[in-house]
Amino acid sequence: MIQWLPLWLSLQLAFVTTLVLLLIGIPVSYWLAYSRRRWTVIAEACISLPMVLPPSVLGFYLLLAFSPAGGLGHFLQRHLDLRLVFSFQGLVIASILYSLPFMVNPLLAGFKNLPPHLREASRTLGKSDFTTLRRILLPNIRASLVTGAILSFAHTIGEFGVVMMIGGSIPGHTKVASVAIYDEVQSGNYPLANRYAAILLAFSFLILLVVYSVNHHFSKSKNIL
Amino acid sequence: MTSLRFQATKMLHTAQGNQLFTVAFEARQGQIMALYGPSGAGKTTLLRILAGLTDTASGQIEVEGETWLDSALGLSLPTRHRSIGFVFQDFALFPNLTVREQLEFALPDKAGKAIVTELLELMELQELQHRRPTLLSGGQQQRVAIARAIARRPRLLLLDEPLSAVDDQMRDKLQDYLLKAQRHYHLTTILVSHYVPEIFRLADNVLMLEQGRVTGQGLPSAVFAGAPFKATGTIVHIESAGSAFVIRVRCAGTMIDVPVTAGEAAGLRPGQEVVVSSNLFAPQLLPVK
Repeated sequence: MIQWLPLWLSLQLAFVTTLVLLLIGIPVSYWLAYSRRRWTVIAEACISLPMVLPPSVLGFYLLLAFSPAGGLGHFLQRHLDLRLVFSFQGLVIASILYSLPFMVNPLLAGFKNLPPHLREASRTLGKSDFTTLRRILLPNIRASLVTGAILSFAHTIGEFGVVMMIGGSIPGHTKVASVAIYDEVQSGNYPLANRYAAILLAFSFLILLVVYSVNHHFSKSKNIL
Repeated sequence: MTSLRFQATKMLHTAQGNQLFTVAFEARQGQIMALYGPSGAGKTTLLRILAGLTDTASGQIEVEGETWLDSALGLSLPTRHRSIGFVFQDFALFPNLTVREQLEFALPDKAGKAIVTELLELMELQELQHRRPTLLSGGQQQRVAIARAIARRPRLLLLDEPLSAVDDQMRDKLQDYLLKAQRHYHLTTILVSHYVPEIFRLADNVLMLEQGRVTGQGLPSAVFAGAPFKATGTIVHIESAGSAFVIRVRCAGTMIDVPVTAGEAAGLRPGQEVVVSSNLFAPQLLPVK
């Protein structure tokens, strides 16, 4: 019989990750778009690494970093009583790193596509960079914000390698839907694996449908904004 | 009373190579000063330096007794702390705000909104106040851009070729609006313009720039009287006349025929923007871009 807990855990993980990514992604992409420093190129490359890196590679290094035997893991456990391996918090941090390019890249493209005079005009009207970002820039990259949020959410729902390496398969804590499919296949329970897989497939399709609909809507409404 | 003292030096990287921009001038309160000169002379750079949008190697700017830039002291007031209204060539209206919202956004914190209604009336924008920029014509967008720049009652109004993208008839109307608003609020104004008739109509004073340097300054009648005839226009027709060519140029609604040699005609094409200049002997053409 299908258990809803892995699906619920996947949704929780994706929601928290997307929320944190929005908070991180906006300042990071703003800085990348408008900074004149040359090493922003290095930062862009680092942020996009998870798009080309095998998830198991990222998971492996995070496992080493978060392990209580490692420096960072030891520090976190000793001073903050925080254990990141095989925990939901660890999954959230790993997911943030893994999905970071899916949030930052659409936002970066959004900022770069805005006419540069918009930002300058706001400054000549006496507005601070924060007011300009809040009142002018963000409302004009709404499509990028929606695309970034939905892609990050969907990407987190679908991740497997990083989650497996960092979280394992602890029911109620780290066993998300993609891991549940793997477990059921390992146990030879194909019908149940199929149900999990079908739900994820339908969900992913729905997400992409929303992304394309939203983009279509924004590209049409741009003409009447 | 002197309202503005400006002196700045900067290396410009233009299509023609590096060129030193070194300009100094003063402007009186409430006057309109026009910046005139060929493309690449440094007119827009001057406006951007005044606004704090472009850095300088060295310079000093003083507006109504307040120092905005003093490179010797390492002082440069950030753009948002300079009391300016800037009208960009492309208007730079915010796509997400209506006409009224654009003007309200420009107000300082806690400022009354009476000036917004006043400006909407002055620029005849009341009926358009709830429209967003994409639903406005070029001329309407221009009026909104000017009204928005004035809304915060700046000490300096900076206009970067504000009337270049409209036809002659619309330009006349917009000049009326601009003069009306400038006189109503008594704003010290720096206006970049390529059009000599526009300068005669609007400006009290002209600063002529060439290759980053001031080549003339004074009343329009004095500055242009001392210089050879010079006007910007568009090539509408090129006709062969034996071994030479006749180039027909439209300048401010008037057609001017300029005879040129085959060599001079080689780089010219219909639609191209050119400067027609004339000395005592013959008219000459100089491509603008």
